[in-house]
Amino acid sequence: MKEKKISKNLQDNLITIGIVVVGYVIVTILSASGVLSNLLQGLLVPLCAYIILAVSLNLTVGILGELSLGHAGFMCVGAFTSAFFSKCTEGVITVAPLRFILALLIGSLTAALIGFLIGMPVLRLKGDYLAIVTLAFGEIIKNIMNVLFIGKDSAGFHFSMKDSLSLNMEPDGMVIINGAQGITGTPKDSNFTIGVILIVLTLLIVLNLINSRDGRAIMSIRDNLIAAESVGIHITKYKLMAFTISAALAGVAGVLYSHNLNSLMATPKNFGYNMSIMILVFVVLGGIGNIRGSVIAAVILTLLPELLRGLNDYRMLIYSIVLIVMMLYNWAPNMIAFRKRMANRFSKKKEVA
Amino acid sequence: MKKKILSLTLILAMAASVLAGCGGASASGSDTFKIGGIGPTTGGAAVYGIAVRNAAELAIKEVNAAGGINGYQVEYKFEDDELDNEKSLNAYNTLKDWGMNLMIGCVTSGCCTAVAAESSKDNMFQLTPSGSSTDCTAGNDNVFQVCFSDPNQGIGAADYIGQNGLATKVAIIYDSSDVYSSGIYEKFVAEAASQPFEIVSAEAFTADSKTDFSVQLQKASDAGADLVFLPIYYTEASLILTQANTMGYAPKFFGCDGLDGILGVENFDPSLAEGVMLLTPFAADAEDAATQKFVSDYKAAYGEIPNQFAADAYDAIYIIKAAAEKANATPADSVADLGTKMENAMREITVDGLTGAAMSWDAEGAVNKAPKAMQIVNGNYSLIQ
Amino acid sequence: MSLLSYLINGISLGSVYAIIALGYTMVYGIAKMLNFAHGDVIMVGGYLIFTFVSTLQLPVGLGIVLAVVLCTMLGITIEAIAYRPLRNAASSLAVLITAIGVSYFLQNVALIIFGANTKAFTSVVNAEPIKLFGDQITISGETIVTIISCIIIMTVLTLFVNRTKAGQAMLAVSEDKGAAQLMGINVNGTISLTFAIGSGLAAIAGLLLCSAYPSLTPYTGSMPGIKAFVAAVFGGIGSIPGAFIGGIILGIIEILGKAYISSQLADAIVFLVLILVLLIKPTGILGKKVQEKV
Repeated sequence: MKEKKISKNLQDNLITIGIVVVGYVIVTILSASGVLSNLLQGLLVPLCAYIILAVSLNLTVGILGELSLGHAGFMCVGAFTSAFFSKCTEGVITVAPLRFILALLIGSLTAALIGFLIGMPVLRLKGDYLAIVTLAFGEIIKNIMNVLFIGKDSAGFHFSMKDSLSLNMEPDGMVIINGAQGITGTPKDSNFTIGVILIVLTLLIVLNLINSRDGRAIMSIRDNLIAAESVGIHITKYKLMAFTISAALAGVAGVLYSHNLNSLMATPKNFGYNMSIMILVFVVLGGIGNIRGSVIAAVILTLLPELLRGLNDYRMLIYSIVLIVMMLYNWAPNMIAFRKRMANRFSKKKEVA
Repeated sequence: MKKKILSLTLILAMAASVLAGCGGASASGSDTFKIGGIGPTTGGAAVYGIAVRNAAELAIKEVNAAGGINGYQVEYKFEDDELDNEKSLNAYNTLKDWGMNLMIGCVTSGCCTAVAAESSKDNMFQLTPSGSSTDCTAGNDNVFQVCFSDPNQGIGAADYIGQNGLATKVAIIYDSSDVYSSGIYEKFVAEAASQPFEIVSAEAFTADSKTDFSVQLQKASDAGADLVFLPIYYTEASLILTQANTMGYAPKFFGCDGLDGILGVENFDPSLAEGVMLLTPFAADAEDAATQKFVSDYKAAYGEIPNQFAADAYDAIYIIKAAAEKANATPADSVADLGTKMENAMREITVDGLTGAAMSWDAEGAVNKAPKAMQIVNGNYSLIQ
Repeated sequence: MSLLSYLINGISLGSVYAIIALGYTMVYGIAKMLNFAHGDVIMVGGYLIFTFVSTLQLPVGLGIVLAVVLCTMLGITIEAIAYRPLRNAASSLAVLITAIGVSYFLQNVALIIFGANTKAFTSVVNAEPIKLFGDQITISGETIVTIISCIIIMTVLTLFVNRTKAGQAMLAVSEDKGAAQLMGINVNGTISLTFAIGSGLAAIAGLLLCSAYPSLTPYTGSMPGIKAFVAAVFGGIGSIPGAFIGGIILGIIEILGKAYISSQLADAIVFLVLILVLLIKPTGILGKKVQEKV
């Protein structure tokens, strides 16, 4: 009985990874045969980043059961630290994959560190209060990135929180992070293949965690904190573990994102609470705790506004309506009951026929 | 059951893609120029993107009615970038799928820089009406600007204030989360060091806190500034002017081209802006026939008074026309060949437009034109000689 | 002297946050949902008043009444279509997401109807500013009216919740929906009423927000909405006086942070103080301590 259950889990996980791999193969073939539109080709790397974001947030929201509205902040940390590294070492490390792997390590580790530091004090809070505190941290990170100036010249690094003039650099200096203007000219080291490899890695990490002893401990906290505590589960440790891994993976997505963009800036649009909420939408629409759902919802919701471009001025309006309707369809208890009735009726008819 | 959820959403997405397909299906052979535009038409910066979209459309209609460019008609499509660098690349790729061979955009500097990195690989000719950062053009041979670059504006403003002895103590209020504003701010401060005035206060605001400016104004007032420099857009400037008035603080206000449009804000009390000076290439109530025709046509078509973004975009279309005629370009050229032809032509032509007489372009793609200093007098822009 | 004037500016800004936070906290306290669309209802209220008073030239009083009525109806409609079907959904996050959808929807409808260009709102407040210390410090009429409105609304809401049958029903619903239903309370009706009141308040908040900061765009409501949400959490979300105090304190922190620390980091300072408050007192300044059920 037990074995059967494990193998079913394994099967389920293999399907999820299989979907990603099959998707990759199909897209690569289409791309090689020149059928794929420029739009879709351009969207491939961001899609990978959003999938990783959705899966990583699902770890916090679905598996740990805590609401976080600051996920974009961790992505921002990963994006900026890694882009900073790549820009600095562009002339030194000329092998792009090596540079990217190092950038990836730096981005994800910094994001993990920030996640750990933030998680330590705030994970004591619950529910909406945790949500607002994580939102606050996300906004703080974005705000700081907007006033951060770092330059490099023959004398080393210069740092300022005011403007690039206060860096007092030698004439040969180069401003690397230029406040609101962000980082311009990050080498474009990421590509679709790297993105898919990172998705698969993310899925392996998250799915393995869920099916491990640690994962069961994390889920027991979600299901009943007091019962979990009473059987000796170290609450803080496991909460922090899930939160830190989630932040690190968001950092990975940030690395992928920043190495696909020539001009990286921290705007309310890409690293503000709006983005955090957008990632949450992926998670909720795909099914809370359902990793495969997150992958699929991230793809659909990223493509949707692009596919609606033909509607011109009505694009975002229709998008918002579709969002509401999809939520009602997927989540409203009456709707679910109605769908079940319809499904039953159809399957009965089939049997009769 | 989950599969059903997915299938439904997939069907929705497919339906949408069919719709999108219809929109792009008008792509035809190579007998027309296809000009694509990119800018924000939703979100907080929509007002600038929509102005560019409308004015370029107006200009293209005129061009088509007058026989097109080199005898070829022009098709036009404008895509939304939501003021997001990543979305602007999606917009660019969508336009490429549509068959764009000439581009105007992006409207904002950040998006323009992000798109320029891609368009330079394709050697797609790109003319930005209002992306004023030097990052837009730096290292990209295919990118040209209609507006002044940020350094140009910052230095120009500092020189103008210094040379005309407008003030001895200057305060600055700028948007530290905006590329345009912080770009001008930095060059202004650098140039001010060699000017006969002193910067007594420099305070910022951000995209997330741009309703209350009492602190920034109070600091300027406490420091005794007799001129406040506003390298920002007019939406925020209208609030600053109102709040300064409530405080009873009346210094001179001096702005750049982003301030143009302030009198077009519906229901705005123009007496608040009385005496405001701005360095801008365009004023909607200039006396010349070309401006007057543009303003009345624009108003008739879109119900608003055009701002400087609109004027830049209108000029951009005629600049493309002039360059294409000079280069003898045809839509049959490949995108990259067309790009090379246009780039060479751009460095040779001079164009008279709404935003400047005898505009020409240097090797970097920056424009040479004379800035004009305007002052708002009796609720109208008037040129300071 | 400058400290005093910063404090007064802080109170002016805070009073606007407070009046928005009152609506937020009302809905959260009863319906237990974060209504992210609240800020956008405020924006709708602003546009309605602008249309009635500036465009159609109706009398100010009539314009305000019409706007309040229309916003109330809008609130009831939104609740019935987008929120009510999800009240018993498996996760409370579902309704949070539809609220986001509603927020986008309202913004884009406003963008299509009114266009993107800023509209300058003519203040409908006629009160004279108060000048202190020989004109060195000015308290604007808008601030005075906003604070008075806050106090009136706060008192009326408190009385309504504690002294009327409908108000008691609201309290019951907020404590336990199931038990309230068993006691014969119309839960759906009560929550509708909550949204009606919250949205009516949003119209008034829109009026005062736009009078104090006269610039109206389709996105006018979103950032003040978030700030007011922070203020409501600050004061103890669900607490009516807490929303007022939270709003005022938030305004003062924002202004003092800008004035004495850094104008570039003003947002970070506000959020940092919020985090510190919540870490010390996890349910906000006036929030009730909820006993954990075992």
